[in-house]
Amino acid sequence: MSDATATLTPPSREAGIPKLSVEGLTVERTLANGERIVAARDVSFDIDAGEFVCLLGPSGCGKTSILNVLAGLDRPSAGRALLDGSPIEGPGPDRAVLFQDPALFPWLSVRANVELALELIAVGGVDRRDRAQTALASVGLADVADAQPHELSAGMRQRAALARALACEPAVVLGDEPFGVLDAQTRELLQNEVQRAWMGSSGRTTFLFITHNVREAVLLADRVFVMSARPGRLLEEFRIHAPRPRDLDDVLIGRVVSEIHALLLRELERPGA
Amino acid sequence: MPCSCGSWSGPVRRVAHEVLPPLAGIAGVIVVWALVAAVTTTASIPTPLAVWDALIDGLRAGTIQEAALKTLIRLAFSFVVAVVIGAGLGVALALNEFLRRAVRPIIVALQITPFVAWVPLAIVWFGISERAVVFVTIVGAFPAMALATLQAIRQVPPLYERAGRTLGARGWTLYRRIVVPAALPGMMAGLQQAWGFAWKALMAGELIVVTAGATGLGHLLAGQEHDVTALLATLGVIVALGVAVDYLVFGQLDRRIRARRGLLPDA
Repeated sequence: MSDATATLTPPSREAGIPKLSVEGLTVERTLANGERIVAARDVSFDIDAGEFVCLLGPSGCGKTSILNVLAGLDRPSAGRALLDGSPIEGPGPDRAVLFQDPALFPWLSVRANVELALELIAVGGVDRRDRAQTALASVGLADVADAQPHELSAGMRQRAALARALACEPAVVLGDEPFGVLDAQTRELLQNEVQRAWMGSSGRTTFLFITHNVREAVLLADRVFVMSARPGRLLEEFRIHAPRPRDLDDVLIGRVVSEIHALLLRELERPGA
Repeated sequence: MPCSCGSWSGPVRRVAHEVLPPLAGIAGVIVVWALVAAVTTTASIPTPLAVWDALIDGLRAGTIQEAALKTLIRLAFSFVVAVVIGAGLGVALALNEFLRRAVRPIIVALQITPFVAWVPLAIVWFGISERAVVFVTIVGAFPAMALATLQAIRQVPPLYERAGRTLGARGWTLYRRIVVPAALPGMMAGLQQAWGFAWKALMAGELIVVTAGATGLGHLLAGQEHDVTALLATLGVIVALGVAVDYLVFGQLDRRIRARRGLLPDA
């Protein structure tokens, strides 16, 4: 493979501390019936500053659990999660999270949602208004800035959530299947928005997206981590070298997609999986 | 509405839909009352017309307006204090589990206790005074607000809190900017309940704690034991005021809050 390389050993990178890293991370969850399950077991990876990584795997493989630990919303049962080399103690505006639900606050207009996020990181007055306007305009929502979230379509709401996340210029954007419930066309539009946003940040913003959509992962990511069924372990890492902006019709993209599909299929058919 | 009103314009249909049924209900009550008054000869059941005349007399003399105004001022003060105490307590209880376990049962007990039972104690503590009446009203109203606030906060979808925390909101800011606004529709129910309780407690207080020279709708009732017609006229004013505030103030506020969030079925 010349362009798409499957490897679990990251190639030599510039000296320095990774932006995000997890070391031997095990996450357990308690189900509603009190049963404890191991969501992810002994997962380790590093993500460099400015990288776009997608974590891909069958549902229930612990992807979300890993993301929640990195967001600081959950604690691991074992192992460590680091941001710039320091243990993650809790959530913070340096790591924006895009949930599957846009999680816009329904009592605020779209604009006020973005402005609240800016207010929480102490951006004041005129600057706050300008940055909110710019962020909304960049995702094509300038016209509906004063609408309430429930008045927008599902795709527009997720775009507003993206604007709210990006307005704060976070160092890291964590996406928990943010486009999971959208229809195919809206999904494609939003993937392009994200691709543009990542390119526009020119290496300042690190993205980690969780998805079970292979094409989405290959379209967006520099590296795709494929996870096993529960308890999730890292199976393989794919490095995508295709130039951006990428297109789903690209032959190379198509080849990597089939390769990952084949791997996932083998994993799902594995006895005991 | 059935299609018989299909030719009516939108607002007319809405008014017909919302206003006609309650008006029909009131008309029904008056008809039954008039029939009962007609077949009985006892003076203790006056006719609707006689009560209407008594009401007009009371309004002409200004006694009803004066009493209603005094009552509403007392009520507004007690209600605001009860809501502030109740909402504050509700938030505090939501924040602290120990406090919640310690204090919630006490508030539930207060909620269950009939507020009239406080009247004798209020008289012992504050004498036959305005303060005794206000005390009973506050004690009658704040538990509903506290419990509704606690409940509303605990029912806030965890997603909002998580989203708020990832945006950098913590501690008091998280509560002020995210949790409490998210709980507002539920707190509105508490506000409406507290209003109902305050109104009832105030009437009980005014009726029992009659100070020399005090005015109020309850006091007016207390002085009308010998005059059934005037008594019914005052009762009508009490009912009308309670319903009007409930519908015009809290009903509309609740509607607006829900409409803004897309929580109305027709929105």
